[in-house]
Amino acid sequence: MKINDVILRTVVKGVVFIILTLGVYLFFSGHNAPGGGFIGGLVLGSGIVLLYITYDLETVHKKMPFDFKKVAALGVLLATGSAIGSLYFNAPFLSQTDGYFNIPILGEKHLTTVTIFEAGVALTVIGTLVTIILSISEDE
Amino acid sequence: MNNLIVLPLIIPIITGIILVFLRSSIMLQRVISIITMITVSVISFLLLDIVQTEGIIRLDFSGWLPPFGILFVADSFALLLVLTASVVTTICLLYAFSTIGKDNEKMFFYPFVMFLIAGVNGSFLTGDIFNLFVCFEVMLLASYVLVAMGGKKVQLRESLKYVLINVVASWLFLVALAFLYGTVKTLNMAHIAERVAEAGQEPLLTTVAILFLLVFGLKAGLLLFFWLPGSYSVPPAAVQALFSALLTKVGIYALIRTFTLMFPLNQEITHTLIGIMAGITIIAGCLGALSGRDVYTIGTYNVIIGVGFILIGLAAGTETAMTGAVYYLMHDMVAKALLFLIIGMMVYLTDETIIKNMSGLIRNYPLFGWIYFIVLLALTGIPPLSGFVGKILIGQGALEAESYILLAIGFASSIIVLYSLLRIFLASFFGETTISFEDRKRIPKGAYSSFILLAISIVFIGVGAESLAVYVKDAVNTLINPSVYIDAVLKE
Repeated sequence: MKINDVILRTVVKGVVFIILTLGVYLFFSGHNAPGGGFIGGLVLGSGIVLLYITYDLETVHKKMPFDFKKVAALGVLLATGSAIGSLYFNAPFLSQTDGYFNIPILGEKHLTTVTIFEAGVALTVIGTLVTIILSISEDE
Repeated sequence: MNNLIVLPLIIPIITGIILVFLRSSIMLQRVISIITMITVSVISFLLLDIVQTEGIIRLDFSGWLPPFGILFVADSFALLLVLTASVVTTICLLYAFSTIGKDNEKMFFYPFVMFLIAGVNGSFLTGDIFNLFVCFEVMLLASYVLVAMGGKKVQLRESLKYVLINVVASWLFLVALAFLYGTVKTLNMAHIAERVAEAGQEPLLTTVAILFLLVFGLKAGLLLFFWLPGSYSVPPAAVQALFSALLTKVGIYALIRTFTLMFPLNQEITHTLIGIMAGITIIAGCLGALSGRDVYTIGTYNVIIGVGFILIGLAAGTETAMTGAVYYLMHDMVAKALLFLIIGMMVYLTDETIIKNMSGLIRNYPLFGWIYFIVLLALTGIPPLSGFVGKILIGQGALEAESYILLAIGFASSIIVLYSLLRIFLASFFGETTISFEDRKRIPKGAYSSFILLAISIVFIGVGAESLAVYVKDAVNTLINPSVYIDAVLKE
């Protein structure tokens, strides 16, 4: 049976952009305000799940040919990698550092290594979330 | 500060992740995982040596000083267990190479073994009780996957039970943590110990301690072991060996740490309770081992007897008893791993689990049979082998503490262990062989080498007990005088 989901598809096209933008915003705001890798990852992941619900697996896979198990693994690799980076500088495990840099056009920006760690967390959350939903939705 | 301490946790995790990307190249997965485990074993031995000269070392993550940050504390007790666990895992991997099967290898077997050992090592090394919870979860999540690996119907049933019971136990663990944090306002184990000592372990704190006893009792299979025989007999042999060698031991480690470091003051309640639970565990384990007619039942109930026996050492609480407990803990990890590897191989060779239906194995595989005989002697506690030192010291400690009932139960259990294992030996190894020499299945070389390596370790722990004595003595010194541990963490 073919369901009529024109409204859903049209709304999702716009809404996904808003959700993904919000996810990125939450991810970066996490440094000083509520947000961060976990929450940002959850929002980004739910955006992707929404795409999977609206369109079918194949369509989304054509545009996003990722194995989400590997996305999760990459996330953990990034997070642990940033944690053991400190071993190289002979600082205690998990040490992070930050600094202010002048970047052309953008002006002075606050850059931290903890963002790498958070990016790892976000990728892990996205990967795990989408993997869970996809394995539940798979039939036979 | 010494960043070496975190390596037994972080190296397996990173390797595990890398192995996820190498899913299709099985050979590469095998090589990388075995190299990783050898490296971790070497590092933990180096750490053990460093601790002998420099005393207890700690690592404050990202430089947050205790009691505020999370930290790893390496003392001899933790490191002895990390070393034994890593060595046992290395050898179990050798066995897994030739027996686990391509399907399981493709379904992320090696990554999850890596995560399991990371969780185990983390639990041994952490100095923060909430971090202990996290490491426990890392270990358990990996074990949930491993217990169901293979996807047989019986595995689904048992793994469901296993997951449920562990989720409930973890929930209780969190509740106990909340009570503890609400009472002493800290999660650093040394700091908790200090505050409990200041407050004099009032009834409320003792209640919290008993809650922890319940939680760790569930995880260690102390009295609350009803889930253990089922879930330990369904996964592949290499996983069974890892489980029986490592998982319950982490629970025992947590019990020993909790009741020597954090709640040592109200011994007439807590330690008596541990003693009673240990006694009942042994008796029930013996009944199970006697009643068993298949190798798995006998094997798993022997795990339970072992748990009870080690905790007699904690219940007695004297220096001798604790020394015995540390020795016996190491012995039990090695011997139980070997026992389960052999059981797995017996089932593989004969396609039978009932001991009466297999017969005459020793005619086709003489070396295999005699290695089983070594484990049998070691688990019973016959002198030159590994079980002897631990048993005699725990017995002596029980005498010192005047707990004669526990002493009697403990040594009576040795006879039951001997009887139950000897029954396997007589029924399955001796007698007329049903399979002719030409039709026999071959034992893979990897499996043989793992048997031999574990048998050598058993002989080494027994004969070389003297050479381990330095480390064990230091470990027990920390357990008997918690102030050593507390000073190392809280004083600079």
